[in-house]
Amino acid sequence: MIKTYDVVIVGAGGAGLRAAVEIPKEYSCAVISKVYPPRSHTGTAQGGVCAALSNMEEDSWENHAFDTVKGSDYLGDQDSIEVMCRDAIRAIIELEHMGMPFSRNDKGLIAQRFFGGHTKPEDKNDPYGKRVPVKRSCYSADRTGHVMLQTLFENSIKNQVTFYSEYFVTDLLVENGVCKGVVAFDIANSEVQIFQAKAVLFATGGYGRVFRITSNAHAGTGDGSSLVYNAGLPLEDMEFFQFHPTGLWKLGILVSEAARGEGGILKNKDGERFMARYAPSVMDLAPRDMVSRAIITEIREGRGIRGSDGTDYVLLDLTHLGKEVIDEKLPEITGFARTYLGVEPTTEPIPIQPTAHYAMGGIPTNTDCEVLLNEKGDTVKGLYAAGECACVSVHGANRLGTNSLLDLVVFGRRGGKAIAEFLKTAAFSDISEKADEKTRELIDRLLTSAGNERAVSIRTELQNNMMEDCGVFRSEAGLKKMIVKLEELKERYKNISIQDKSRVFNTELVEAIELNNLLNNAEATLYGAYNRTESRGAHSREDYPKRDDQDWMKHSFAFKKDSGAPEIKYKPVVITRYQPMERKY
Amino acid sequence: MDIQLKILRFNPEKDKQPYFQDFNVKNVSDDWRLLDVLHEIKGNYDGTLTFRRSCAHGICGSDGMKVNGKNKLACALLLKDINTKKTIVIEPLPALPIIKDLVVDMSSFFMKYEVIKPYLITNTPPPPNHERIQSNEDAEKLFESAKCILCACCTTSCPSTWTNENYIGPAAMLRAYRYINDTRDEGGDERLDILDTPDGIWRCHTIFNCIEACPKEINITWHISQLKKKLSSREM
Ligand SMILES: Cc1cc2nc3c(=O)[nH]c(=O)nc-3n(C[C@H](O)[C@H](O)[C@H](O)COP(=O)(O)OP(=O)(O)OC[C@H]3O[C@@H](n4cnc5c(N)ncnc54)[C@H](O)[C@@H]3O)c2cc1C
Ligand code: SF4
Ligand code: SF4
Ligand code: FES
Repeated sequence: MIKTYDVVIVGAGGAGLRAAVEIPKEYSCAVISKVYPPRSHTGTAQGGVCAALSNMEEDSWENHAFDTVKGSDYLGDQDSIEVMCRDAIRAIIELEHMGMPFSRNDKGLIAQRFFGGHTKPEDKNDPYGKRVPVKRSCYSADRTGHVMLQTLFENSIKNQVTFYSEYFVTDLLVENGVCKGVVAFDIANSEVQIFQAKAVLFATGGYGRVFRITSNAHAGTGDGSSLVYNAGLPLEDMEFFQFHPTGLWKLGILVSEAARGEGGILKNKDGERFMARYAPSVMDLAPRDMVSRAIITEIREGRGIRGSDGTDYVLLDLTHLGKEVIDEKLPEITGFARTYLGVEPTTEPIPIQPTAHYAMGGIPTNTDCEVLLNEKGDTVKGLYAAGECACVSVHGANRLGTNSLLDLVVFGRRGGKAIAEFLKTAAFSDISEKADEKTRELIDRLLTSAGNERAVSIRTELQNNMMEDCGVFRSEAGLKKMIVKLEELKERYKNISIQDKSRVFNTELVEAIELNNLLNNAEATLYGAYNRTESRGAHSREDYPKRDDQDWMKHSFAFKKDSGAPEIKYKPVVITRYQPMERKY
Repeated sequence: MDIQLKILRFNPEKDKQPYFQDFNVKNVSDDWRLLDVLHEIKGNYDGTLTFRRSCAHGICGSDGMKVNGKNKLACALLLKDINTKKTIVIEPLPALPIIKDLVVDMSSFFMKYEVIKPYLITNTPPPPNHERIQSNEDAEKLFESAKCILCACCTTSCPSTWTNENYIGPAAMLRAYRYINDTRDEGGDERLDILDTPDGIWRCHTIFNCIEACPKEINITWHISQLKKKLSSREM
């Protein structure tokens, strides 16, 4: 059966919902999500969303833009970054007007706090001189993403958005550079449905589940990027995957940077504040890639602490903040430490280790969220992407904390606006009744396959090996080893079978399809990492430890091939006002 | 260590009635989440076992279920906090139709939440270029209720829900509180009218099951009592 909507939005996290709210009432719009909207991963974001509101101290959008460019290790496209940082202030005020509950300062304005990499010049008249941390992150205790998602969901209810919850999108219909719709199945009964649309927006989130230790939800399997890649469209800068320095040891559950923003300190086994050696001016508030490397270096050099299971960690000390600050500003994350590690953060330091956190790369778009057809900048008609699954390249090689939630609302809205404009003249493209055949076959095959591979073993091997060989530090030898492993896993995947043969709420079926998406994302990430022979931001090659602006000031575009390595092409970085400089903090 | 579980199973394609299945799961450790045990079963014992989950750390609200008679989030419950010497009994959340195994149909739960108009209602336009002013004290009054993750543990543990499926339930009332007490909102009366109906707030007999069930430790009945006070003073 074919359902027809002017717009179909895939994903009901911050980006998808912000876009949905923007679609004018006269157009029909459906939002499809594999989980109930308020269960989307945006809800787990803790620390904040940034904008240079100047509510606590003087600040400017230009400061924010400079930090974002520098944080991106100069790979971010500066036109996109300017768009985001200029629009940030309006976007946050708008969230407040929509009803988002924020923590407030003593004037009753939105409160702001420190966050890694957010700085301003110490002397206003010397904009490129010494920089000091600035309070730029707007927050709601440590539940910023939770209340943001809820506010956007509730505004969608107010706007009577049509939801298809617990529908799983399996196919993207693009032909000759024109998007026609998507195919999905209802998880409750496995019924397949074609969604014909003039415009489709992907807002499907990240793919942290490629790694063993991750802060990402189980649903973070990169479905959107995988579908785009399978459709012959490129993925951009997939080698840049952010490891957040402070995941709870063994579990990867995030302890927000807000903990360090409020004054938390990292310590090694000797009780030394080791960040003083790596980033003397901002110390514990250095950007994430640097802190994660510092932690791994401490551990490798024997200054980590060996845990009961033989893995190592370092400590995040909050004890000096006092119970009052901890309870008021960091209640949720300190609760996680208590529940999951049995540690009392008011009196004991928290064992932490870097955790796979955020995909800087993804589906390439321009600043109107139109998906790019190629590295030349041509666009796919009717296809849009926003949020973590997209790469408009505001984060470049390393995202600054609090810039993702901002990205969601700025580009979610821009995507919605661009679609509204497009719909004024757009028409439906013909769609075949058989467009769902591929999905039907996929489901039938998985339900009847008698293969001898289980999804769980392939997934575990993928996650363990990616963590080992494509994690915080990378090298040619490790990446080569991982490529062999990945090709083996892809082969074995062809032979998987599932035990659950039922068509009712078959989560084993869903997981099997998600695994294929993980393999696709891993492929683009891994080959991208192998290909890029330099170190920049989150991509750190031990055999090429320096940033190489001569050869690598460019984005990678990976195109899937029938087998083996993707073809990689390049697109130059957009530079407007900030020339690359050495990145020191 | 090894543990025993009894899990309520139901697949409408083949079962007339839900039934309990026993599992003996080997080599678990007491720092595991109950959710880890369910994954272990699904991965290595029985791939057909069906449950919802996503975040795995108590924030998305997906995996509410009944564990040894009490509603819990499987991802926020560690084995060391359960008596693992005895068989652990797992059932789906009560009072909602079972779709399959531990997955229940949440649509009525979400409908009740939508009924109370869970969004800011305003007549006064906000200031054009900056945020509305709200004191931190006033903002923090909303935080506890805004913490709710819509897991339905409370509403499905409530005896009033068991006897009247139309009862609006604690989660929706908590959400009503969140908006009624927001200094920026002007829709309080509309919502109080909705609560002041036969299936509304007066069906709450302060039995406290909901508080005990809430994984976010929200003092739900306190919030409900504030709403009752508001309603009573309105009627006077
Ligand atoms: C623990 C944690 C803390 C964070 N804290 C912060 C922070 O403080 N500040 C900040 O700026 N950023 C933070 N981030 C990053 C930020 O939260 C995420 O990048 C962002 O929320 C992603 O939002 P999204 O809208 O792109 O996708 P998501 O919120 O992940 O939503 C994806 C949506 O797509 C749907 N979907 C996916 N695949 C399919 C499919 N096949 N079919 C149908 N639907 C599908 C899902 O159901 C879901 O609705 C944090 C991230 C984590 C993990
Ligand atoms: S206090 Fe009210 S809402 Fe809570 S369980 Fe009792 S009757 Fe239900
Ligand atoms: S109030 Fe507590 S138990 Fe009820 S839905 Fe919200 S989080 Fe769950
Ligand atoms: S899986 Fe998200 S609350 Fe348990």
